[in-house]
Amino acid sequence: MTSLPQLLLENGRIIDPANGVDRIGRLLIADGVCRLLAPGDSAPEGAERIDLTGRWVVPGLIDIHVHLREPGEEYKETIATGTQAAAAGGFTAVACMPNTRPVLDSESSISLVVSRAQGAAARVYPTGAISKGSQGDSLAEFGEMKQCGAKAFTDDGRPVLNSQMMRRAMEYAANFDVPIISHCEEASLSHNGAMNEGALSTRLGLRGIPSAAEEIMVYRDLALAALTGHRLHLAHISSKESVSLIRRAKAQGCRVTAETAPHYFTLTEEAIGQYDTRAKMNPPLRTQADVEAIIAGLVDGTLDAIASDHAPHSEMEKEVEFDQAANGIIGLETSLPLALRLVHAGILTAGRLVELMSVNPAKILGVSGGTLADGAVADVTVIDPEREFTYSKEMVVSKSKNSPFLGWQFKGMPVMTIVGGRVMMRK
Amino acid sequence: MMDVEYRFSHKHIISIDDFSAADIRYILQTAESLKEISTRAIKKVPTLRGKTIINLFFEPSTRTRLSFEVAAKRMSADTFNISAATSSATKGETLIDTAKNLQAMQPDAIIIRHSSSGAPALLKRHIQASIINAGDGTHQHPSQALLDMMTVKEKKGRLDGLKIAIVGDITHSRVAHSNIMGFTKMGATVHVCGPNTMLPPGLEAMGAIRHRHVADAVADADVVMALRIQKERQHDPLIPSLREYAGVFGINRAMAALAKPDALIMHPGPINRGVEMTPDVADGPQSVIIDQVENGVAVRMALLYLVLGGD
Repeated sequence: MTSLPQLLLENGRIIDPANGVDRIGRLLIADGVCRLLAPGDSAPEGAERIDLTGRWVVPGLIDIHVHLREPGEEYKETIATGTQAAAAGGFTAVACMPNTRPVLDSESSISLVVSRAQGAAARVYPTGAISKGSQGDSLAEFGEMKQCGAKAFTDDGRPVLNSQMMRRAMEYAANFDVPIISHCEEASLSHNGAMNEGALSTRLGLRGIPSAAEEIMVYRDLALAALTGHRLHLAHISSKESVSLIRRAKAQGCRVTAETAPHYFTLTEEAIGQYDTRAKMNPPLRTQADVEAIIAGLVDGTLDAIASDHAPHSEMEKEVEFDQAANGIIGLETSLPLALRLVHAGILTAGRLVELMSVNPAKILGVSGGTLADGAVADVTVIDPEREFTYSKEMVVSKSKNSPFLGWQFKGMPVMTIVGGRVMMRK
Repeated sequence: MMDVEYRFSHKHIISIDDFSAADIRYILQTAESLKEISTRAIKKVPTLRGKTIINLFFEPSTRTRLSFEVAAKRMSADTFNISAATSSATKGETLIDTAKNLQAMQPDAIIIRHSSSGAPALLKRHIQASIINAGDGTHQHPSQALLDMMTVKEKKGRLDGLKIAIVGDITHSRVAHSNIMGFTKMGATVHVCGPNTMLPPGLEAMGAIRHRHVADAVADADVVMALRIQKERQHDPLIPSLREYAGVFGINRAMAALAKPDALIMHPGPINRGVEMTPDVADGPQSVIIDQVENGVAVRMALLYLVLGGD
């Protein structure tokens, strides 16, 4: 690596909850690492000085739930375009899900992703499948995949229906000290469902998915985590009762972490309107009571992370009948602006937002980042909390445009993304 | 009589939810005036001459499609039938592609039946023609509800204040959904019953009153409507057997006798005789099942006339 220019980030509000820092200061980025300058410290000659008055300087945001679609569905997204979208959204790193084609369930497929992510606009942490082909029948080779760079194991996109398989996966993952990420869905209840079950699904004539489909599996996996004592991470939590179950399990000492996605604390099922497939995702958007419980979980620490569940789909999958449409929305470029709404509303502190989007994601995956400590890797995001913009199709960096937030007005956006001391996005 | 200010201003017929009581009253009034055409020796008026109407049916249907076609032809419109078997759907063409191709033929109205709820709403966004929903998934079947309301109004002289009992698979019945909304808007009270596995959440929000026992739904009703029961739905054990269904939820003579003596017996058809309704009830003196079919043509003539302007 040729040596990078030194950067001196001045006058910004340094928010580094991992080190108890929240003050106006100067952050020097040199040789790919951070150095927080004390008031008397002199900056090296030649460093590019960047005035960040009114802006926040935070450890690089990490999105632990992203679908990059490569290999196999490059028409929706690639590692290159997905990481560009990540950088545009203020993310210095993403964990990509293994439900590609083929499924990332082997040494070679993990290696493929790692090699294609060389030179990408953000760090890419692949996750491997729990079961071969994510078919739920036999364990995938965790040890070999970890050697190649896999950071967690999950059959995300589909649940692990067989409880014994899930138990064994948790037990075996303990040998490698990597978390199991669970996609909680009792498939016999959610079968063919297109939206949250309730009065609105009846009115729209769409097959409903009851919250119980998620909650049953949340409970099962918490019970298995207690049984095995292993580290469990629950993906895309959407329901009120799931939050309660996780809160109780944590109080009992269960080693569980959980994430939610911005759409679950922002939208309700009403966003479906007249069959708008951009509001179709799995788990489905739920009710106002669920939204409020999710927000409470983010505030009180029951939920540890905000992850976008960035799920790019082309018009071929989305411009169809609602029940035929694919699940999921893109989220890398709206995750931070949506989370900032909670900060502007006085619900989350800026420090808590950084915990949810950087500190805890790094801990969950056991990767670098989440800190601006001296000598820490220089993954840094600069946020302008006041800058307003309207999210338009033209500004979407992701290859797919399936977002229900197009046309929304936001206050607050990332203005710089620095990965390993290199500026990947600046606006 | 109709308010002088009233104008029917809908270009599409998608859901009963889109209509006000005044709209429904006006549609029924129009249908009543057009009904007479079907009794003439020459059953044709030139009202829709030069209009092109496409019947786009992605689900099998005999009576609804025929009813729309007869209605269109009595008004002198040119009609074309496309069924899923002969359409491009089996070749993997999307609904939007099909819509764009049909649009190129400059139709004035497209009558669509589709197994996906919301398909007419999707079509509406991609096509200039009027869209008439002839049944979409488990969402709506507005023309059926309108002909049901027309039949009841014709026999009872009013809709306001009536007790309507609907018995059967409410979850999967688009007819039930349209009827609950329609009759409720017109001031009737709709009572529903069926196997609890077939009563969805949110019926109360649609205006219906839910019962556990058929007898409670039917007691003193002015109208008893039974719905067609589907034998099996994959992966979903809704009822143990048709035999038990007939015994517990079927409308037989004893059950029908709990309703008012002059109650109307209705069914959207086709009937599974001996399952949701016994033959003696279906064919009995209170049955208006055949009137429903007859009024279906009149209601569909009215809908086509109203959305196509007919000038």
